[in-house]
Amino acid sequence: MRHLGVLARIQLNDDEVTRLTGQLDAIVDNIAKVSEVATADVAATSHPIPLSNVFRPDEVGQTLTHEQVLQNAPDAADGRFRVTAILGEEQ
Amino acid sequence: MAAAKLMDYDKALELFEPVLGFEVHVELNTNTKMFSDAPNPANELYHAAEPNTLIAPVDLGLPGSLPVVNETAIRSSISLGLALGCSIAESSRFARKNYFYPDLGKNYQISQYDEPIAYEGSVEVELEDGTIVQIPIERAHMEEDAGKLTHVGGSTGRIQGAEYSLVDYNRAGVPLVEIVTKTIFGTEHRAPEVAKAYVQTIRDIVRSLGISEARLERGNLRCDANVSLRPRAAEGEPPAPLGTRTETKNVNSMRSVERAVRYEIQRQAQILADGGTITQETRHWHEDTGTTSPGRPKSDADDYRYFPEPDLLPVEPAAELIEELRAGLPEQPVARRRRLMAEWGFTDLEFQDVRNGGLLEVVEATIAAGATPATARKWWTGEITRLANAQEKDAAELVSPANVAALQQLVDAGTLTDKLARQVLEGVIAGEGTPQEVVDGRGLAVVSDDGALIAAIDEALAAQPDILAKIKDGKVQAAGAVIGAVMKAMKGQADAARVRELVLERAAQ
Amino acid sequence: MSDIIRLTAAELADKLASREISSVEATQAHLDRIAAVDGAVHAFLHVNEGALAAAADIDARRAAGEQLGPIAGVPLAIKDVLVTTDQPTTSGSRILEGYRSPYDATVVARSRAAGLIPLGKTNMDEFAMGSSTEHSAYGPTRNPWDLDRIPGGSGGGSAAAVAAFEAPLALGSDTGGSIRQPAHVTGTVGMKPTYGGVSRYGAIALASSLDQVGPVTRTVLDSGLLHDVIGGHDPKDSTSLRDQWPSFAEAAREGARGDVLKGLKVGVIRELPDSGFQPGVAASFRESLALMEAQGAEIVEIGAPHFEYGVAAYYLILPAEASSNLAKFDSVRFGLRVTPDGNPTVEDVMSATRDAGFGDEVKRRIILGTYALSAGYYDAYYGSAQKVRTLIQQDFANAFAEVDVIATPSAPTTAFKIGEKIDDPLQMYLNDITTIPVNLAGVPGISIPSGLAVEDGLPVGIQFIAPAREDALLYKVGAALEAVLLDSWGAPLLTRAPQLVGGTR
Ligand SMILES: [Mg+2]
Ligand SMILES: [Zn+2]
Repeated sequence: MRHLGVLARIQLNDDEVTRLTGQLDAIVDNIAKVSEVATADVAATSHPIPLSNVFRPDEVGQTLTHEQVLQNAPDAADGRFRVTAILGEEQ
Repeated sequence: MAAAKLMDYDKALELFEPVLGFEVHVELNTNTKMFSDAPNPANELYHAAEPNTLIAPVDLGLPGSLPVVNETAIRSSISLGLALGCSIAESSRFARKNYFYPDLGKNYQISQYDEPIAYEGSVEVELEDGTIVQIPIERAHMEEDAGKLTHVGGSTGRIQGAEYSLVDYNRAGVPLVEIVTKTIFGTEHRAPEVAKAYVQTIRDIVRSLGISEARLERGNLRCDANVSLRPRAAEGEPPAPLGTRTETKNVNSMRSVERAVRYEIQRQAQILADGGTITQETRHWHEDTGTTSPGRPKSDADDYRYFPEPDLLPVEPAAELIEELRAGLPEQPVARRRRLMAEWGFTDLEFQDVRNGGLLEVVEATIAAGATPATARKWWTGEITRLANAQEKDAAELVSPANVAALQQLVDAGTLTDKLARQVLEGVIAGEGTPQEVVDGRGLAVVSDDGALIAAIDEALAAQPDILAKIKDGKVQAAGAVIGAVMKAMKGQADAARVRELVLERAAQ
Repeated sequence: MSDIIRLTAAELADKLASREISSVEATQAHLDRIAAVDGAVHAFLHVNEGALAAAADIDARRAAGEQLGPIAGVPLAIKDVLVTTDQPTTSGSRILEGYRSPYDATVVARSRAAGLIPLGKTNMDEFAMGSSTEHSAYGPTRNPWDLDRIPGGSGGGSAAAVAAFEAPLALGSDTGGSIRQPAHVTGTVGMKPTYGGVSRYGAIALASSLDQVGPVTRTVLDSGLLHDVIGGHDPKDSTSLRDQWPSFAEAAREGARGDVLKGLKVGVIRELPDSGFQPGVAASFRESLALMEAQGAEIVEIGAPHFEYGVAAYYLILPAEASSNLAKFDSVRFGLRVTPDGNPTVEDVMSATRDAGFGDEVKRRIILGTYALSAGYYDAYYGSAQKVRTLIQQDFANAFAEVDVIATPSAPTTAFKIGEKIDDPLQMYLNDITTIPVNLAGVPGISIPSGLAVEDGLPVGIQFIAPAREDALLYKVGAALEAVLLDSWGAPLLTRAPQLVGGTR
């Protein structure tokens, strides 16, 4: 559960870990049901209405103004978004 | 950090076989981004934009925003796949690669995972001495670039020790094609050279396709180099298993790719010889010190939770489209070089000079504009390269092939001597116009009026009677002094050979 | 004045067109109603300060002789999942408190272009996760039929707003029933269009492959009128269909004339026996079927063996997609930022922000989705769930080979009490058993009021499902049954709702 919290970037306290673990177990048991019918011969459907090759012409459209880009920023400096020090490295 | 101990390169190669692999990211130069209609900073037109000014909602991951695929990026990716000798997938799709990082607006990267657009190819790579190496390609897939971080505070401008970081999302969403090789065996002591030649070849290919600005210094092309060593098996023994590899990230020049691979071979060999083990990790290349340093180790935090991107649909290129793009492919770099070498009649060495200087395109264009192959080569590898080096620029940026051809025509017509032509070239580079305009503007044409020359010769001979005597005695080399004096009087704007002829004529009278 | 709010959107549009009523009057009447009752109902998170100005503009344009759309000047409530430039958008979450979108959702832009007057933003379960609107970070919405009861969810605010006559029209979004189940419990009409029929651009994504925006109204014709405004191809949404759609308002008008029921084959699902439903819900459903039969419809039992796996598949697909869709709420570019003490790294700030900014239900589903997608589990969970989707689509295909539409009760029970199921997620999830397969298959579904349950006097809805792209058929059938029911009741069902008193906003 803590590992999932790290992956999902949610800092869970002990209380939340206990409560979520219990609920998750019950839900996971329930949804394990899908494997009963999801046999190898069944194809997966990722889009309910099948479409393909949906493209956009390579033409510049209307962009956000610099002001719009930063209008919701919790913190900004120098025309950019500001965040506290980064621990991990780029991917 | 203490510098790593390095084993002597030849010794390392005696003990180990280097095994390579590359991931090259190519930024496409489309007008707009991969999934939004914001201008693409990897296109020359928008390269100099201010931070956070090339932004559509999806580039910031704004609530409610959705991606839409750029058709030109698809075409470019297919062309690149074909140029890499790959098969184009009948159906490929995008996936989400989930991880949190501040340069990633949505906290997932849209990439291709289990169904890339191009797979199973091979590229011919030519080393400097003309040796051809086949590099097997596993796949080429489409994805989007991330934004740019600037680390502020601390001493180094690096991530460690910074107080805070600033994020510019202009680059977020730039279309990328990631080219992944298969494991490359058998490069042996030429591994570093192969690495460099491979990246060079990718650059040549994307340039000839016109799908990327392909400027390494701008990050249009970025190479991650995987290096591992495997111990040499004794005669008759089965080959040893593959060693643990490191991935040196974001090496941004040809020379650095070569150096980084060489460095990793020497570093890993020393560790293994000392009984140590190689950690599977990413490493960073430092241009200034010529070393790599450890980055992130691989860990279970690298659980990217890939799943098909539900906001996008499969890409299923029609066979006709693939054939249309195939028909439009330029010649493969190696084949093209073979053809040009034969057509131009250069020696191996002359041709390598041109190729290694990155001058193939301009020399070809200069010849097309009317210069002979020999003169075109001479200008570009000689004077223009010298001037470019002095200005720390690319030779191709300095002057157009058409102007070089025009310059040579003035020489051939006798209007300019070689020396004058060099002055005219400087004028052209300084922006004074075409060669003819520089000739007119600076008054640099050769004095071709014999009368003026004879007058100057007679004056010089009269001033140096001893020399006239020597010439008459048959000591022809003494004429040099007179020629020098005449050329000086003519401010260099005379044809020295004609002056010599006339001096001998006058002395004989 | 109070008569204005009782008008259907179609009736109001006629009076606006004939200039019997001005848009300013209509808008003011609804603003007054909101002021009078929304303190009790809490359907709105935000009331638009610019509504009267927008109405005045429409009046001026009409006076100047401009040709306006059929429902120009009619007020519209907008679910807070849809981003708007002139009002804040929160998706019911603390993490987006005060957020201002620099762009309008396509459906909002189209509504404005059609002259609709944005009245305000309606309450919802946080990020549309829920069936009760109890999971809103801004407090629950109450059911106008009984203020102690839930209005359904996630779009409880939009349904309650139209049920309480605070707005004639509202926009909703439906991922597993969030338009239809609230319609069921509030005695209103809710339509989930064919996936791709209405643009998702600007709808804050919950589960991208399931989400669909649709109309929330008091009559089938009003839904058709609103659907005509918001529907159709949008190049900004790759999953948007390029179909040329017929007029849904026209389809509703045609349906109300009645002939459509003659010879109509209506499928009822064998695997959904009446015993699975509250008796009053099952009874109301049977009554509607009997009425339709009396009009010449043929009721045919069909099999849908995989429907029972729908809920399980849904609770894998939804959390998986949601865990990824909600990753963008990280405190960097917008939204809440919580900075813990000490020398926090950006990772610490992100984690603390998401812990503080998301409610329990959201965290639960994000964690579940993260789990379902994590290495080694993908095939068993997300992959299997997508296979169930295929099986459910096959069930629908088989059924539609035999029948024109399928009918189900819209939900298993009438409105339950606020707080009754909030600590039992599994029980809560079963609420959507009849609506979920529709989203999984991408087909259209509509819920219309079918009556009141005898045991508690609360509204019940009947759901019709049609093949993909056959939205118009649902408007025809829905309007036909609506007309028959109206005849039998003598007045709209909502006239039987209790008077809302007090609770001024
Ligand atoms: Mg990579
Ligand atoms: Zn990549």
